[in-house]
Amino acid sequence: MDLNFTPEEEAFRAEVRQFLKDNLPEELATKVRNGLEFTKQDIEQWHAILQTRNWLAATWPVEHGGPGWNATQRHIFDEERSLANAPTVVPFGVGMLGPVLLKFGTEEQKATILPRILDGTDWWCQGYSEPGAGSDLASLKTRAIRDGDDYIINGQKTWTTLGQHADKIFCLVRTSTEGKPQEGISFILVDINTPGIEMRPIRLLEGGYEVNEVFFTDVRVPAANLVGEENQGWTIAKYLLTHERTGIAGVGYSTQALIELKSLAKKLKRRGKPLAEDPIFMSKVTEVEIDLEAMRITNLRMLSGGGAMGTVSSMLKIKGTVIRQAINDLARRALGPAACPFPSEDVLGNLAVAPPEAANNAASYFNNRKLSIFGGSNEIQRNIITKELFMG
Amino acid sequence: MDFNHTEDRRMISDSLRRYLAEQYDNEYRNKIAYEAPYHDASKWAELAELGILGALVSEADGGFGGDGFDISVVFEELGRGLCAEPMLANLMALRLYAAFGQSERVDGIIGGSERAALAVWETDAFSTLDDIAMTGGDKLSGRKTVVYGGNSADHLLVVARTAAGKFGLYEVAAADTETLSYAMIDGGGAAEIVLDNTSAKLISDDAADAINAALDAGRLALCAEAVGIMDMLRDTVKDYLMQRQQFGRPIAMFQALQHRLVDFSIEIEQARSIVILASSKLDAKDRALHIARAKNLIGRAGKLVAEEAIQMHGGIGMTWEYAPSHYAKRLTMLDAQLGDTEDQLRTVMELEHA
Ligand SMILES: Cc1cc2nc3c(=O)[nH]c(=O)nc-3n(C[C@H](O)[C@H](O)[C@H](O)COP(=O)(O)OP(=O)(O)OC[C@H]3O[C@@H](n4cnc5c(N)ncnc54)[C@H](O)[C@@H]3O)c2cc1C
Repeated sequence: MDLNFTPEEEAFRAEVRQFLKDNLPEELATKVRNGLEFTKQDIEQWHAILQTRNWLAATWPVEHGGPGWNATQRHIFDEERSLANAPTVVPFGVGMLGPVLLKFGTEEQKATILPRILDGTDWWCQGYSEPGAGSDLASLKTRAIRDGDDYIINGQKTWTTLGQHADKIFCLVRTSTEGKPQEGISFILVDINTPGIEMRPIRLLEGGYEVNEVFFTDVRVPAANLVGEENQGWTIAKYLLTHERTGIAGVGYSTQALIELKSLAKKLKRRGKPLAEDPIFMSKVTEVEIDLEAMRITNLRMLSGGGAMGTVSSMLKIKGTVIRQAINDLARRALGPAACPFPSEDVLGNLAVAPPEAANNAASYFNNRKLSIFGGSNEIQRNIITKELFMG
Repeated sequence: MDFNHTEDRRMISDSLRRYLAEQYDNEYRNKIAYEAPYHDASKWAELAELGILGALVSEADGGFGGDGFDISVVFEELGRGLCAEPMLANLMALRLYAAFGQSERVDGIIGGSERAALAVWETDAFSTLDDIAMTGGDKLSGRKTVVYGGNSADHLLVVARTAAGKFGLYEVAAADTETLSYAMIDGGGAAEIVLDNTSAKLISDDAADAINAALDAGRLALCAEAVGIMDMLRDTVKDYLMQRQQFGRPIAMFQALQHRLVDFSIEIEQARSIVILASSKLDAKDRALHIARAKNLIGRAGKLVAEEAIQMHGGIGMTWEYAPSHYAKRLTMLDAQLGDTEDQLRTVMELEHA
C-alpha cells in the first residue's frame, strides 16, 4: 500500500494548477464561488479554454482530440478544477455522446461528430426520460418508425437539461414493441431544428431554468443518425451508465464546497462568537469532513479497480451525493435568516443580507436536491447494489 | 386529559381551512408570494374579517383568544394552506402592543386596517437579544435585517439598547424609514429596514421579557405552521406514490418507499405532540424551555419530511409548477426564522443546565 501520488502525478497536478491559474477567467471563478448561473457563452468560453490544451474531453483518447488521461489523472484534474473554482464541463457531448460514439459509432460518425463537440459547434443534450419513463426508463414510449431512409419520431422527452442551448439531442426511442421492453429501444441523434420539435421550459423549485420538455411531432430523421444497431439502444445506455466513474462521487465539488463553508463559518457570528467556534454547528461540519476524507480514498480505491462495475458506481453516486447535499445543507444553515431572501438581482447586488459568495446558498441547496434524483435515483442505485449483493 | 380542541377553536380552524382552500390556490399564492408587494391587502382584510387576528390576542387585551392553542390552531391552518401573508409579524407585534397596553394599535391590527412588524435582528445578531447592538433614544440609526412582514408594515417595533443597559421597545413609522423589500425564497415578504436618525417613540424602556415572550409566541406559531405543512406533504406523498406507476405498478408497492413514508409519518406525530405540549406552556414559567424544545424537534422533523417529500416525488417534486415543492421550501426555511434547530439546542442546553 502506498497512498502517495507518484512524482509524475504530482508534476501533473502542478501543471494543471498552473494552467488554471493562468487561464481561468476571474469572472467565471466568481460565478462558481457565488453559485450563480452560467450563460451559454460562459460555458462555451470555458470549453474553448480547456480545448487549447486538449483537456476538454477528459476521457477521450489522444487520437480523437482528448488528453488520454488515466483515472488518477482525471481525478487530479477534477480536484484542481474544483479548488480553483473553475466551472464543470457540461457533460452531454464530451462525457456522454463522445464515449458512446467511440465505442458504438461508425467511422463516419466519429469523423463528423466528435470534432464538432470539441470545437463547440454542436451543443448536445440528453433525451432519455419521459413523463411516464423515469426510473423505469425501459418503458419509454417515444416512437421511431422506419420510413425509407428516415425514421419518423413521435412522442415526448422531459427533464432535458440545458436543452435551451442545444443544437442537437441524442435520444432513446422505441423502434420495436416486440419482446422485452429493453429489446426494442434504439439510440438516435436528432438535430434540434428539425421541423416538428418543440421545446418548453420547466422552472425548478428554487426559481432557476435549466430543464425542458421536448415534444416530437412527425419529426423526420435520417436513418444514418442511428448509433449502433437498431434495437441496441439499451446496451448503449447501460454502457454509458458505468463508463465514466471518476466524477460521479463529486469529491472535487465537495472538497471545494467544504472549504467555502469553513471560511463562511469564520465570517459569520452566532451568539456573539464566530460560528467556526460553535461546537454544535462545527460538530456537523467536522463529521461531513470526516466522511469526505473517507470518500476521497473510497473513490481512488474503487477507481484503481476494486469491486464490481455496477456496485462501484452506485456506491460512489449514493455516498457522494449524500455528502454534497449535506454540505449544501450546512452552507444554508450557516446563514441563519440571512438565507431567506430570494436571490433576485437586488438581493444579490445591493442589499448584501448575506456575504455575496453565500447569497445563493439556499437556492443551491434546493437545486441540488436533484443530485439524488437524476442519473438514476439513489433508490435505483440501491436496487442495483442489492441485485449484485444477492444475485451477483 | 382531553386532546380535543374547544368548539370555538374548531370553528376558527374550519373556517380558515375552508377560506384558504377556496381562495388561495397554489398559482394565486405564488403570484402574491413572489411579486411585490409580496402580500395581498384584500386577502389580509378578509382574514381579519374572519377573526384570525383577533384569535391571537386575549379578551382582556381586545381579542377573543390569545392562548397557545389559539395560536397553534390558526398557524396550523396557515401552514396547510401555505399562506404567505405577514401573519407571523403581526402576531408578534400584537402580543407586544397588548403587553404594553397600546389598545389603539391592537384594535387597528385586529380590524385589519393597520399592519406592524417586529424589527429585532441585525447582521450576525439573530439568536438572542444580547446580540443586539443598536442603541435607543428619540432618534434611531442602524439596520435591522430580514424583518418579516417589514415589506407591508405601517409601524415597526424596533428593539434597541437603552442608556440604562436594558432593552427598549420603540415604534417607528415605516414611512420614515428606508425599507428595502424583497421576497423570501419560500415566498412572502421581508425587508431590510435602514434607520438614519429616524424619529422613534419609546413604548417601553425595559421590554426584554415582553419581547422574548412575543418571540416565543412567534416560534410556537412557526412550529404549528410546520405541522400543517407536514400533514399536507404526507398526504400528497401518499397519494402520489399510489398514483405514480413505474415498473408496471404503483411505486407505493416498493417497500423501500413504504418504510420511509412510515418513518416520516412517525416524526410528524412526534412533531404534533411537542407542539401540543408547547402550546400548553406558552404562559407557563418554563415557557422558554418548552418552546425551544419544540422548535428543535420541528426543525429536525421538518428537514426530514421536506427532503423525503421531494425525493419520493422524483423530478416532479423539483418543479415550481407543482405545489408540494413550495410546501417543502417553506418547511425548510421556517427553521431559519427566529432561531434554527441548532440555535434552539443551544437554548435548551443553557436552560437545562442553568
Ligand atoms: C434537475 C434534473 C435534471 C435532469 N436532466 C435530465 C436530462 O438531461 N436528460 C434526461 O433524460 N433526464 C434527466 N432527468 C431525469 C431524471 O433522470 C429522472 O428524474 C429520474 O430518472 C427519476 O425519474 P422520475 O423523475 O420519473 O421519478 P420516478 O421514477 O417516478 O420516481 C419517483 C420516486 O420513486 C422512487 N422509485 C422508483 N422506482 C423505485 C423502485 N423500484 N424502488 C424504490 N424506489 C423507487 C424513485 O427513486 C423516486 O424517489 C433530470 C431530472 C432532474 C430532476
